Amino acid sequence: MKDVAAATGERETRIALIGAPNCGKTSLFNAMTGANQRVGNYSGVTVERKIGMAATPGGERLAIVDLPGTHSLRARSPDEMVTRDIILGVRRDAGEIDLMMVVIDATHLRPGLRLAQELGRIGLPLLVVVNMIDIARHRGIEIDLGLLSRDLGLPVVASTAVRKAGMEALWTQLDAMIGSGLPARGEMGWSEPSAADLRALLREADRMIAHAVTVPERRRSATERVDAVVMHPVAGPVILLAIMFLMFQAVFAGATPLMDALAAAVDGVAVAAAAILPDGLIQGLVVDGAIAGVGSVIVFLPQILILFAFILILEDLGYMARAAFLMDRIMGVAGLHGRAFIPLLSSFACAIPGIMSARVIDDRKDRLTTILIAPLMTCSARIPVYVLLIGAFVPARTIGFGIGLQGLVMFGLYAAGIVAALAVAFAGRMMFRRHEIAAPLMLDLPDYKLPQLRGVVLGLWQRGQAFLRRAGTIIFTASLVIWVLSTFPFAPAGAEGPAINYSFAAMIGHLLSPILSPIGFTWEICVALVPGMAAREVAVAGLSTVYAIQGGGDGALALALARHWSLATGVSLIVWYIFAPQCLSTLAVIRRETGSARWMWIATGYMFALAYAASFLAYHAVLAIGG
Amino acid sequence: MELRQLDAIDRTVSLGEAGKGFRGRVVCLLPLPGSGRLAPEEMERRLIEMGFIEGVEVSVIHEGPFGRDPIAVRVGGSTVALRRRDAMAILTE
Repeated sequence: MKDVAAATGERETRIALIGAPNCGKTSLFNAMTGANQRVGNYSGVTVERKIGMAATPGGERLAIVDLPGTHSLRARSPDEMVTRDIILGVRRDAGEIDLMMVVIDATHLRPGLRLAQELGRIGLPLLVVVNMIDIARHRGIEIDLGLLSRDLGLPVVASTAVRKAGMEALWTQLDAMIGSGLPARGEMGWSEPSAADLRALLREADRMIAHAVTVPERRRSATERVDAVVMHPVAGPVILLAIMFLMFQAVFAGATPLMDALAAAVDGVAVAAAAILPDGLIQGLVVDGAIAGVGSVIVFLPQILILFAFILILEDLGYMARAAFLMDRIMGVAGLHGRAFIPLLSSFACAIPGIMSARVIDDRKDRLTTILIAPLMTCSARIPVYVLLIGAFVPARTIGFGIGLQGLVMFGLYAAGIVAALAVAFAGRMMFRRHEIAAPLMLDLPDYKLPQLRGVVLGLWQRGQAFLRRAGTIIFTASLVIWVLSTFPFAPAGAEGPAINYSFAAMIGHLLSPILSPIGFTWEICVALVPGMAAREVAVAGLSTVYAIQGGGDGALALALARHWSLATGVSLIVWYIFAPQCLSTLAVIRRETGSARWMWIATGYMFALAYAASFLAYHAVLAIGG
Repeated sequence: MELRQLDAIDRTVSLGEAGKGFRGRVVCLLPLPGSGRLAPEEMERRLIEMGFIEGVEVSVIHEGPFGRDPIAVRVGGSTVALRRRDAMAILTE
């Protein structure tokens, strides 16, 4: 039977991997497939699709679909809906499923056993995998797999995904099941369970556990001992702050050498391209348009990877759920969940991954609010602009205790971003959702686990790829458009000043100038804002083009700015950058993640309005006190 | 019979009001209409999915740092974080 299948090149066996969040499903998936994974999106929804290929020792070819974690098939979020639709065979973009594998955490059998019973009614063959059996044994929990299998009426195997030897029983079982021929999809006996059904299933799970599992006398687990400190009302927030501080240190200080190296590499490529290509338009397009534009974004890769390394490790450890617990009340003031903390934290590196990680929020409106305020968090692209403007307008003196005034202003700008984000969320709640009651918070606090290096590296690799793909598409296109705007039409012969002053960008700048002069912006600033739409940091390059600064680095530019602008103008521009939606790729991601252009325009509109109002106030306040 | 049931409800403590260190047993799930964004039936199902079921032992092991909210509840071998408002639906004795 098997040989025939192999000889005729019959397609591989498709396995759907199902399990509750935190059951170790993904580490089992990684152990089965190695790095042999394809990550994409399910069509029409922003749910990550992961398919991995594997071969059993018996030579069976497998395609394993890692479905989003789910508590039941009731499908309460887009993620869970995808899981349900694939299992029920409604959605075909993961292929026809031949076999379901439900992964159960050996130390928390209860939710998994309930889910396994629900899945047993689908009509597809089902294998129950009791994962992390080593941890359970270590804790003295004994599970009689034979009894469990008889009670469930399903085949049950144990596994330890983190050790090769721990996978043997699973492989043997898969070979046996596939070798004897998997039955086709049978009659579907599943319907959405009512509260009474769920209750009955959970009772049955409890009965099975009482029957087949021996739990030792309870003693304080390592998790409880750690939680006694980490979840302490005083020590907890202090530790959270310390971790965040460490993270920012690593992101901003630790990434600098790597970023410098990348920037040098980009410069090298630009110089090489300039040498190869003949002078003229093509060279300008490639060097100033494509390489400069994409390069200015790629240099942020180290920061994004370091931030994600922290987030992945904290997530794997089980700490993120604790952070959400500790922050819930503060986020609650703004009408948000503790869960919104994670996307907002990611947004300090870049709003794009932050907006994407808002997928963990199951309530639609809360998720939307989080997406809309994420761009207000101070992303790393603002840093070059802040550094330039602070250098030009804030005197480098200490205010005592070794605290520098410039550093303090930088910190203030970060705080302003956070406060603004929470204030916008709060205002939105007051305006549109005043009488709504908050969505419930139900957060599983999993046991702490040591993160697996393989999982973290794989996660980083996949995120890095996604970032580079975006840099190669959206940002590439935007860079070219902006290059065209700031290059054409050419300056007339014998014209004075930099060529950009005669371009479309300059025309747009002059057009914008009357609108932006009330907030103190010169027309040169308006011109620089046009290329700055692609990405905030490009405005720095824009300003140096406009003021025709050749070489000399930021120092020379800062001096020029200080000479040309009043203090009020400088402050106004700094304030503008706290709020203004100056990043096309963020707006594109908002559009994709919310599934509508409407929310993208709303985000753009409110941020421009805020930026304008705040800059107006700042400009006139500084003028009034004689700046 | 009815009186005895009422009696039982009289002696119950809502988990939403329980302090740190509280230990008890779930008597019933009673989400009230209008007390949360979700319909009572849906709220009940979610609570069951998190492991809350009549007769199960629960204990409050942590309280949030601000306003002692939310709470972390040990239930059936797992730990679940809940806001006090949502935990009001869980009656214990």
